[in-house]
Amino acid sequence: MNPSPEAPLLEVHDLEVRYPLHGGRRGASTLTAVAGVSFRLDQGESLGVVGESGSGKSSLARALLRLTPAAGRALFLGHDLLRLQGEALRATREHLQIIFQDPHGALDPHLRIADIVAEPLREFPPPPPARQDEAVRRMLARVGLGAELLGRYPHQLSGGQAQRVGIARALILHPRLLICDEPMAALDVSIRAQITNLLRDMRRELGLSLLYIAHDLASVRYLCERVMVLYRGRVMELAGREALFGHAQHPYTRALLAAEPIAQPLPAAPAPSAPPASTAPPAPGDAVASPAHAAGCVFHARCPLRVARCRAETPTLRAVAGHQVACHRAGEAVEAGDSRG
Amino acid sequence: MNGAAAAVSPGGSAWRAAWRQLRARRSALLALGVLAAIALAALLVPCFSPYDYATPVWTRIFTPPTLQAGRIFGTDALGRDLLVRVMWGCRISLLVGVAASLVSVVIGVLWGATAGYLGGRVDGLLMRTVDVLYCVPFIPLVIVLEVLFGRNFLLVFVAIGTVSWLDLARIVRGQTLSIRAQDYIAAAQALGVRPATMIRRHVVPNLIGLVMVYATLTVPSVILFEALLSFLGLGVQAPLASLGSLVADGAGEMQANPYLLVIPAAFLAAIILCFNRLGDALRDAFESHRG
Amino acid sequence: MAEARGPLLEVRGLTVRYPGPRGGAGGGLRAVDALDLDLAEHECLGIVGESGSGKSQLLLALLGLQDPAAQVTGSVRYRGEELLDAAPARLAALRGRRLAMVFQEPMRALNPYLRILTQLTEGVRAHLGLGRRAAAARARELLATVQIDAPAQRLRQYPHELSGGMRQRVMLAMALMCEPEILLLDEPTTALDVTVQAQILELLRDVRRRTGVATLFVTHDLGALAAIADRVAVMYAGRMIEQAPAAELYRMPYHPYTVGLLGSLPRLDQPLDAPLPAIRGQPPDLTALPAGCAFAPRCARHFAACSTRPEWRSVTPSRQVACHLDGPAAAVGVGP
Repeated sequence: MNPSPEAPLLEVHDLEVRYPLHGGRRGASTLTAVAGVSFRLDQGESLGVVGESGSGKSSLARALLRLTPAAGRALFLGHDLLRLQGEALRATREHLQIIFQDPHGALDPHLRIADIVAEPLREFPPPPPARQDEAVRRMLARVGLGAELLGRYPHQLSGGQAQRVGIARALILHPRLLICDEPMAALDVSIRAQITNLLRDMRRELGLSLLYIAHDLASVRYLCERVMVLYRGRVMELAGREALFGHAQHPYTRALLAAEPIAQPLPAAPAPSAPPASTAPPAPGDAVASPAHAAGCVFHARCPLRVARCRAETPTLRAVAGHQVACHRAGEAVEAGDSRG
Repeated sequence: MNGAAAAVSPGGSAWRAAWRQLRARRSALLALGVLAAIALAALLVPCFSPYDYATPVWTRIFTPPTLQAGRIFGTDALGRDLLVRVMWGCRISLLVGVAASLVSVVIGVLWGATAGYLGGRVDGLLMRTVDVLYCVPFIPLVIVLEVLFGRNFLLVFVAIGTVSWLDLARIVRGQTLSIRAQDYIAAAQALGVRPATMIRRHVVPNLIGLVMVYATLTVPSVILFEALLSFLGLGVQAPLASLGSLVADGAGEMQANPYLLVIPAAFLAAIILCFNRLGDALRDAFESHRG
Repeated sequence: MAEARGPLLEVRGLTVRYPGPRGGAGGGLRAVDALDLDLAEHECLGIVGESGSGKSQLLLALLGLQDPAAQVTGSVRYRGEELLDAAPARLAALRGRRLAMVFQEPMRALNPYLRILTQLTEGVRAHLGLGRRAAAARARELLATVQIDAPAQRLRQYPHELSGGMRQRVMLAMALMCEPEILLLDEPTTALDVTVQAQILELLRDVRRRTGVATLFVTHDLGALAAIADRVAVMYAGRMIEQAPAAELYRMPYHPYTVGLLGSLPRLDQPLDAPLPAIRGQPPDLTALPAGCAFAPRCARHFAACSTRPEWRSVTPSRQVACHLDGPAAAVGVGP
């Protein structure tokens, strides 16, 4: 799955999502959920988007689907998603779909499974509509569900089954790009592996491209060739899978990798060490809402490598050792996990 | 196995779920039974009774209730059979109650769902209209209408119709706002479903449970309102009687012939109690599902 | 450090039963089914399970906080004292004082209308009769123990003003106020970001070192337990199916479910060409369990004997399993 030399499937430039906050004072401030994110995604490729709460990853997904207003440019199949209106916008929906975090919340509790999965066909009827039933059955079978579920309601399904229904609905139109907004987070651990495998199979069978949003790195590594790390709405690092997991360049990426719990400690492995105290979570005021940043790196308050420059100057995304990194100190001869002082 | 979806109504067919819940509560079944009995009687008794509601019988005025001669409820000041008149009264009250409620449900749901789903300026316009209508004083309105257009039963409908959908619109709008925040709405938007279709297909069906509760609670308030209008002499025109006008007539004879007041009042109270009980039971049913 | 006394907490045959709609067994379910458990002093026991495993119900039943509709039978002994039939006043005296619980969702478990100070000192003033000043001083001390900065300021704040990680620390501080002997934790890290999780786990290790409190840690996250548990017990469909020292369990799981669970976790050092080994099937429906082993329908290794319920038996001095297989499933190659 090498990046193709032709035009990318999705090309995002300086995407920005702001939410107005209605504070007590007049002149409401805004919360910048996504601040100038740029990336590209090639046909057939899978890009992982990793970040913790407040990183803007969900806002990014919703912006691309025009569920939330956004600024910037997002070129998809030659059109700017953020500028399209009316019928033209509607036409792109056939090629761009999404699956959600809460498997039951994503299904209308009053519709039967058959109707839920058939809805996309009603909006974009393939000729002739009489074959919709057949298409629904086939899609359900493809995601590993039997026809006996057709007449059931969402609350009668388990979490894993509901997520499969969501996937069936999203894929029945054979979209080019599937956005996955933390699809495993609400599932049982043993079911996650099933759904991960299903996504892999669907990618292969349908030539699907994925924008896979998650906060756990291990599943991202399994599904995605490239990974983008977000923090507070900005890209910290963007690199290929081996590169990112092998030798991450950004201190935040390293902190995430260090914090990932190890399920099968080898006898000699030490217990995972916590990031140093200076990466303690920021004061609650920062976590809830921050005014648009004037300058400085968003991560500097928690960064073990920070220097004076980090507070004053916003780092730009630049190429370092084959990664895209937004860090003033990336590329210097420093060891991973260096602390100040 | 249920997820965290904040569904107003339980998943699956709302009607069947409601019926199942009602069946489990005996007082609700009783209420339903009483209402059905009254409705049936109101429908059938006047057809089979030898007496009609309008013809005065001067030889038989103020006959107290007795089992002989078929005058089970007695007669009124004009010798008209009270049983038949009460049954007619029930017909009118139930008809007005149910029909007017139905109309107000339709208007209220569409109004509230549209305001809630579209938001923004449409929402503002629609809900400010509701606010303005809240300020309208209804008795004077009915009086003005009757002065302008004469005594017309339809006017009663109009007056009631102007009033009763307002609460429902507000409640529906509130619930639509929380439905709109659900992922399945986002999923449908991601399919490009148009707003009108969205409201019809995804919003309204998920409101049905809530609407059922408030509809059953709207009926008694409509009936009471009509009773009030009739009591004031603004409702149905004689010789037609609604329970409200019967109560009004009976109140005048309270000292000498209390049965003329007690019997229609009892029917009115029973109908209202039963609808209230039904509505409460439905609300309990849906609340417990959510919790 | 541990003295050779009887176990701190001894659970035998604990069953939490919800009767069916008609009061009988039909349609009813057992959230916890004939469970045995021991907790020694200063020990950390991790309990792993997914939906329907009964792990949260277990914790609630230990404290007598289960749903009123539930019927609890069996025996729960704290230092030899039976808790299941103890008087409500006795249980109330023990809760918070000797057995403290930290709940899963801090935003829900904290009262949004009360300041942190009030919520922290409530327990200690009731149980230990501390005056206002002494209680506040202790609260400040504990906020420092859980590594919350500016404790004096935080005490005056309300829950919504704190971040998720902070709220969880406050919950932990609340639980530690009366210096309990047993700390019960219900998924304390599940709702948190991964970096915050790591900090909370580190904090818990620190607290254990300092106070020697025994811990019962319930979670679905095997990775979290690897960092902190001395022993790990695995639950499925309300039953305990395996228990062993943590390192042993991770190195060589016996029960096919445990094997499947560990195998299905994507790891950072795993080869990428093969699909993830996944346990097939759906989580158990507690109202319709098969007779015999509850895991049999999903088990790649099930055979004739599995139609009878396996006993809970010791296969090595330190390990118990409920499975008909001889020896660890892993040794014989459990596939998806």
